Amino acid sequence: MNALLWLLPALPITMGAVLLLVRRAARSAAVTTAVATLGLAVYAAVARPRAGARLLFDSGLAVDGLSAAMVVTVAGVALAVLVFAAGELREARFFGLMLIFVGAMLLTVTATDLVLLLMGWEVMGAMSYALIGYWWHDGERVRSATIAFVTTRAGDLGLYFAAGAAFAGALAATGNGNGAFALAVLSGDPAPWRDLIAAGIVVAALGKSAQVPFSFWLSRAMAGPSPVSALLHSATMVAAGAYLLLRVQPLLAATGWAAAVVAWAGAVTALLLGAVAVAQRDLKQLLAASTCTQIGFMVLGAGVGAVPGGAAQLVAHAAVKSLLFLGAGAWLAALGTKDLTGLHGAARRYPLVGVTFGIGALALAGVPPLSLWLTKDAVLGAVREPVLYGVAFAGALLGAAYAAKALVAVWRPVDAGTRDDTEQPGTRRVGVLERLPLPVLALGAVVLGLPVLAGDGWHLTAGELALSGTLAAAVVLAVAFATRNRWDAVPGEAVRRAVAMPGPRGLLAGWLWLEKAAVALVWRPLTAVAGGAAWFDDRVVDGAVNAVPRLGMAAARLARRPFESGIDGAVRAVAGAAGRLGTLARRPQTGQVHLYFAQAAVALIVLAVVFVLAR
Amino acid sequence: MLDIVIFLPLVAAALLPVIPRGKAAGWVWVGVAALDLALVVAMWAGYEGGIGYETRLRWMPSVGAGYHVGVDGLSLPLIAMTALLFLVCAVYSLGETTRAYAALFLFLQTVSIGLFAALDLLLFFVFFDLSIVGMYFVIVGWGHGDRTRSALKFFLYTFLDSLALLLGFIGLYLGAEPHTFDMVDLTTNPPKAGALVLLAIGVGLAIKTPTVPVHTWLPPAHTDAPATGSAILAGVLLKMGTYGFARIAMPMLPQVWREYAWVIIVIGVTGVLYGALVALAQENLKRLIAYTSVNHMGYIVLALGAAGLSAPTQARELAVSGAVTQMVSHGLLTGALFLIIGILWDRAQSYEISKFGGMPPVLTGLMAVAAFGSLGIPGLSGFVAEFQIFTGVIGSGAVISGALGIVGILITAALFLRVLHRAFLGRPGELTVLVTDVRPRELAAIAPLLILSLIIGIAPRWLLDLIEPASAAIVNLVSR
Repeated sequence: MNALLWLLPALPITMGAVLLLVRRAARSAAVTTAVATLGLAVYAAVARPRAGARLLFDSGLAVDGLSAAMVVTVAGVALAVLVFAAGELREARFFGLMLIFVGAMLLTVTATDLVLLLMGWEVMGAMSYALIGYWWHDGERVRSATIAFVTTRAGDLGLYFAAGAAFAGALAATGNGNGAFALAVLSGDPAPWRDLIAAGIVVAALGKSAQVPFSFWLSRAMAGPSPVSALLHSATMVAAGAYLLLRVQPLLAATGWAAAVVAWAGAVTALLLGAVAVAQRDLKQLLAASTCTQIGFMVLGAGVGAVPGGAAQLVAHAAVKSLLFLGAGAWLAALGTKDLTGLHGAARRYPLVGVTFGIGALALAGVPPLSLWLTKDAVLGAVREPVLYGVAFAGALLGAAYAAKALVAVWRPVDAGTRDDTEQPGTRRVGVLERLPLPVLALGAVVLGLPVLAGDGWHLTAGELALSGTLAAAVVLAVAFATRNRWDAVPGEAVRRAVAMPGPRGLLAGWLWLEKAAVALVWRPLTAVAGGAAWFDDRVVDGAVNAVPRLGMAAARLARRPFESGIDGAVRAVAGAAGRLGTLARRPQTGQVHLYFAQAAVALIVLAVVFVLAR
Repeated sequence: MLDIVIFLPLVAAALLPVIPRGKAAGWVWVGVAALDLALVVAMWAGYEGGIGYETRLRWMPSVGAGYHVGVDGLSLPLIAMTALLFLVCAVYSLGETTRAYAALFLFLQTVSIGLFAALDLLLFFVFFDLSIVGMYFVIVGWGHGDRTRSALKFFLYTFLDSLALLLGFIGLYLGAEPHTFDMVDLTTNPPKAGALVLLAIGVGLAIKTPTVPVHTWLPPAHTDAPATGSAILAGVLLKMGTYGFARIAMPMLPQVWREYAWVIIVIGVTGVLYGALVALAQENLKRLIAYTSVNHMGYIVLALGAAGLSAPTQARELAVSGAVTQMVSHGLLTGALFLIIGILWDRAQSYEISKFGGMPPVLTGLMAVAAFGSLGIPGLSGFVAEFQIFTGVIGSGAVISGALGIVGILITAALFLRVLHRAFLGRPGELTVLVTDVRPRELAAIAPLLILSLIIGIAPRWLLDLIEPASAAIVNLVSR
């Protein structure tokens, strides 16, 4: 029965690959596969199987409590998103890529060792590239996909390094590298290897989870179809980083520094990206920034040792965020806009989407009694350091602010700001398949926090819950009141103006200019060095090589000019002189007897003179 | 059986003039290459460890050289990869093959397989030199652009390196007691030879590999060679250099290899980073792929260098096993890449990245898979190779070198995505209109390479189980 566990990632990956090649009946095949995968996931969550095989090394899959929550979440959200997508998209390529994407995530969250985890992790990254750049004839979308992939891969390098360090650590400790990659043994490796492993894993996880300073790629990830955003922002990709940190929490704690770094990264992200989210004018960008902040609470949970709280936050957030993105996607398809001002009245025009989106937004705000209120406090309750707590709590309040901003925008009546078709021509309808998953996810957004109230081991106090709930509700009301009459009339223009604006407003609207910074500080210097290296290679290295035959030719010429032509010249001179002498000698031979006679006479006189003088 | 595998293509090449002009030559070539590959597969199935299918005949007994061939876990994967690559080149060329072209490639096939099977230094040297001659005629006869100049540069540069190699071999011969050119004897009793001999052999093999800074013959040779010629040049001929390190330099000069391990590691890391950086700046697609070969060969040199460190055996075995896997993987993936790029030249006579974009779907799909394979995505063979190399190198204690090597895969990712973005995706470029999608024979040539890479990437054990004993043997030999 255990071998069945391999099917959990293998089924969607295989079916996805088949769809990419066969391209028939993609939608029904994809949804059927997703249903079967969810069945397998539920089975795995109950039976807790374990399977091993020798791939590159001894690798294995296993489902424990954390993985059980993950596999059900991933498979469930995937099914909801694929049903939604079946109403919007038709191409087999899309469904094939999505299934492989899901399968890779399932592999990542069930792997028991770094190698298998890394494999799922990287394949997931590659699929995110293919899905973000799904409309590949649009160069700008491809550029977004490239930026997203290269950024996350920059983080992934840490995981490669961690694997190497794990191997070295095991060799140093026991002299035997077998089993070195098992996630469970990493915290037992000797220093400094343990610290190197932790450093690598932390970088990789922060990159994948779009925490500061990697956050900008998530803004770029919006270029794909809406279902991609719904999946990428909830149960896969960004969730993988948080999952990994929760998984290796003992390692983080063992190093003494990594846990603190992680906790601060999460809290700072929650605060900064919360401010970014508040400054957005585009619904999908607002939701994207909010993903960073909500993941920040999971990362914080891993840092402060609140693993169950972090996991609960991950599960509840997956439902909330996929719901919100599907709602935004439904409006984008129907109304052709995702601009917050342009969306005025959207909720009233499509009430089912509006109501479910409203529930999701309230949950995101942390309003009681919805899920994220409980799960976020389950993490916050474990924070012992006052400053850290303050930063994270401020982030949570910003969460209430941006959620309220989105909520108010879509629930306002249609007004002068409403603009349809700013992005693309809308269809003016939300089909059955698009509507089907929304109530289910909304239910999840309501109830998924409840496990926090059951059982022990949760760092929760009634006072904290009451305080955070009241404050969140107050912030929502305040935002609603404050923004009741103030909206920019021309939506698209305003965004561009805000991003271009210098000062804090532009900084926040432009995602802290993190992308600009990465381009200016990393990409430009890299391409400059590359250009320099190419020049060096052509001119200096190859120049030296080409100089060798040139030198040879020069030597040859040298040999010709003074030497070869010198000797040759001497030979020619002799020959020439002989020739000239010959010509000279021919001249007297004219064939005329009187001249011969004269010559003979002259010769005789000369002979006589010589004879006389010589004597 | 091994002798048949080696000489079957040569015999076929000799008989080719007999068959009539026209399409028959292409099919004969495909048939012979397929038969040769089938024989190699049978050899693989029947291989039982150690040196298999050995033949040892007297050739020049006065200098201790003989016809001595055999296969082991190091050479068998390379021979199989070679046979496959020649077969797909035959399929790729179907319909355009002339008798002379087929004969030349069949000759090259004998030379290449013979080199990997050779267990005698002089025999190795003969095949090594003949490979240069064969490739020279491929570039001059069927290349394009400034082909005479590129071919001449290729010939002179690599011929020079074969002379250095010969000097090194003579050094080994003189250092051995009794004097011999037999590789097995030289491996059993390493000759007393110093750093100069390693230098001569190292220079000879480094040029062929090629490693930085003696790599500049490679880009022009690739740029002006025909697609099949580039595939063989990158896939097979480059491996002769790295194979020589593992087969000759490491086992026969273990002490010197260990002494200079750090030099070799530095050369390897330099190749990794420098090759990737220079590739990133290229505007000519074929030159770009050529420079990624410098990068990928750098990983092999890095791993083989790490094998000379005084470190746990397990880590060094992993590094060598990764290096051998990389030789096979690079042959498959770069072979596929060059055949794909060849389609661009076939249709539009250009390699300029900026002139393409918005390419036909099947071509784009093949390029995407090959590019992601080459940048080391798990599920394809490149990951299996590079992961072993990184882990092995870091495990051997070369932590910073390993980390720098890892940075190489990020630059590779950036450069391949840049190529995809500018030359294959996005809006159509000025020459895109000329590019028709992949033809059946081209697909039949490229797909097997990618499928095999995929199989190795997902289930590598059948390959690693063959390679690992050989890499253990090499590490054992170099530790003496």
